[in-house]
Amino acid sequence: MAVSDQSTVIAATAPADETPLRRAWRRLVRRKSAVLGLVIVVALVVVAILAPLLAPFDPTQQAYAFVRKAPSLRNWLGTDESGRDVLSRVIFGARASLLAGVVSVSIALSIGVPIGLLAGYRGGWVDALISRITDAMLAIPFLILAIALAAFLGPSLTNAMIAIGVTATPIFVRLTRGQVLVVKTEDYVEAARAVGNGPLRIAFRHILPNIAPALLVQASLTIAAAIIAEASLSFLGLGQQPPAPSWGSMLNTAQRFLTNAPWMAIWPGIAIFLAVLSFNLLGDGLRDALDPKER
Amino acid sequence: MLMFLGKRLLQLLPTLFFVSVIIFGLQQLLPGDPAQAMAGEEQNPEVLAEIRKQYRLDQPFYVQYVYWVGGVLTGNLGESMRLKEPVLTLIAQKFPVTLQLALMAIVISLGVGVSAGIISAVRKNTKLDYVVNVLALTGISTPNFWLGIMMIFFFSVYLGWLPASGYVSPFEDFWLSIKTTIMPAFVLGNSFAAVLMRHTRSAMLSAMTSDYVRTARAKGLAERVVVLKHAMRNALTPVITLGALELGTLLSGAVLTEQVFSIPGFGKLIVDSVFNRDYAVVQGVTLVTATTYILLNLAADIAYVLVNPRLRD
Repeated sequence: MAVSDQSTVIAATAPADETPLRRAWRRLVRRKSAVLGLVIVVALVVVAILAPLLAPFDPTQQAYAFVRKAPSLRNWLGTDESGRDVLSRVIFGARASLLAGVVSVSIALSIGVPIGLLAGYRGGWVDALISRITDAMLAIPFLILAIALAAFLGPSLTNAMIAIGVTATPIFVRLTRGQVLVVKTEDYVEAARAVGNGPLRIAFRHILPNIAPALLVQASLTIAAAIIAEASLSFLGLGQQPPAPSWGSMLNTAQRFLTNAPWMAIWPGIAIFLAVLSFNLLGDGLRDALDPKER
Repeated sequence: MLMFLGKRLLQLLPTLFFVSVIIFGLQQLLPGDPAQAMAGEEQNPEVLAEIRKQYRLDQPFYVQYVYWVGGVLTGNLGESMRLKEPVLTLIAQKFPVTLQLALMAIVISLGVGVSAGIISAVRKNTKLDYVVNVLALTGISTPNFWLGIMMIFFFSVYLGWLPASGYVSPFEDFWLSIKTTIMPAFVLGNSFAAVLMRHTRSAMLSAMTSDYVRTARAKGLAERVVVLKHAMRNALTPVITLGALELGTLLSGAVLTEQVFSIPGFGKLIVDSVFNRDYAVVQGVTLVTATTYILLNLAADIAYVLVNPRLRD
């Protein structure tokens, strides 16, 4: 009874000619947690873009008269071991984290989706080979593979992003393949094939748009994982190199001054937490908003 | 059951083969001449030639791979260039430390995660459910190395209750061992507990609406018995399987946790090797981790079939 009541309400508020995109948006903004996630993501992007305008100091400017000063009116979040402003470094650190999240997931999507489409659509030995390689990559724990890759490529932010991107690729291969197997037998794909469309056109024009929602949800959750991974690699010294600011490397330094400058450790951690939380909230919200079962 | 086991073991072979190819292939990513990287400061061409010959770097890729796999299969993972010890010996030394940490983390996360999941499912859509869900999401989103640093600050620096770093084996001094590992185990178990809580909640929610729970209620059993005996026992099966899939995360987490707490385990071994360009150790540790993970998954699959009689044939 309760279920039918709810569906009547939804039907009454939903306009008849609503596009799928608008429907998803309406369902997304109905969830408070998803909206919170979206607001934090947008805020972080704005902070990262406007960092030079927002930061009160140059993030790499050393000031030996202000070494390890507690939060004050001059330095709201205190200063670090070289007298650099922690607030400015946290603000600029958003760039490395968001860049790592977005770039590495873009790498994973651009390699993983075509391979997944190929495996799912072609089937046979191609699928068997791709699936076994995917299994093998997924068998190596995410961070350990990323560390090994970053180690062999050499420590830098670019290499960390490549390492995380490659490590996240099998997630998208497996997801795309699974989705293609479901969609492949649908009438509209059969119809597209019947009128003589080639496999490439069917894969990219007919299958891809229909599996995009699932990919979008996974991409959002993987950005969260990639941000943690970048922070972890930078914490270990395999990501962004000093003196360029990154939340992970700030925590690495902060650990040595925990007794007399704990503020150095608090803010970069909160920044990572907020960034990861926001993409997790957004991903969970997108999953519910795009779930066809709940339409 | 034997058929199932045989089939699953056969499926493992190609996965293990590709794991070995990937791990061996990593070495090919080394920028420049690997012999040069191994030699470090040494520039003498004779020494470089000697290294090339010793590590068969003068041979084609596939020949090197065959020799490497041959070694692995006979228990020879190569030698650490830094510590001048066989990689397998190093792994055997460090593995028990990480194992202790991981087991303690599993106990903590099972206790916290499963009970929180049950409570949140039983009290669905109440404030308590909401709080538990927020805590779980917080747990998943908190980087564990930061949690570790904050715990060191609070419990070691501020309260002075627990040692900030170091490790003592339980066979040397049991209580000191617990004191040195309780914080890292909690940090390691944190996100695992959050994941277990989510799995338990959804498994309990579906179990609570099943026919056998309705029957148990109709028989007039107390709610506590219905929840703990009927619903929980059935809900835990998928939780354990899904939990086993997350064990890889635990191994990844150990890398950072051991780094933060200076614990001489598996994770610290891989990080130290990375920085000392001790590639044989990096490859060996990665291979052993992946194999452990694959075997744990196999064990979870077998356990799943054993407790699910319908799947046995």
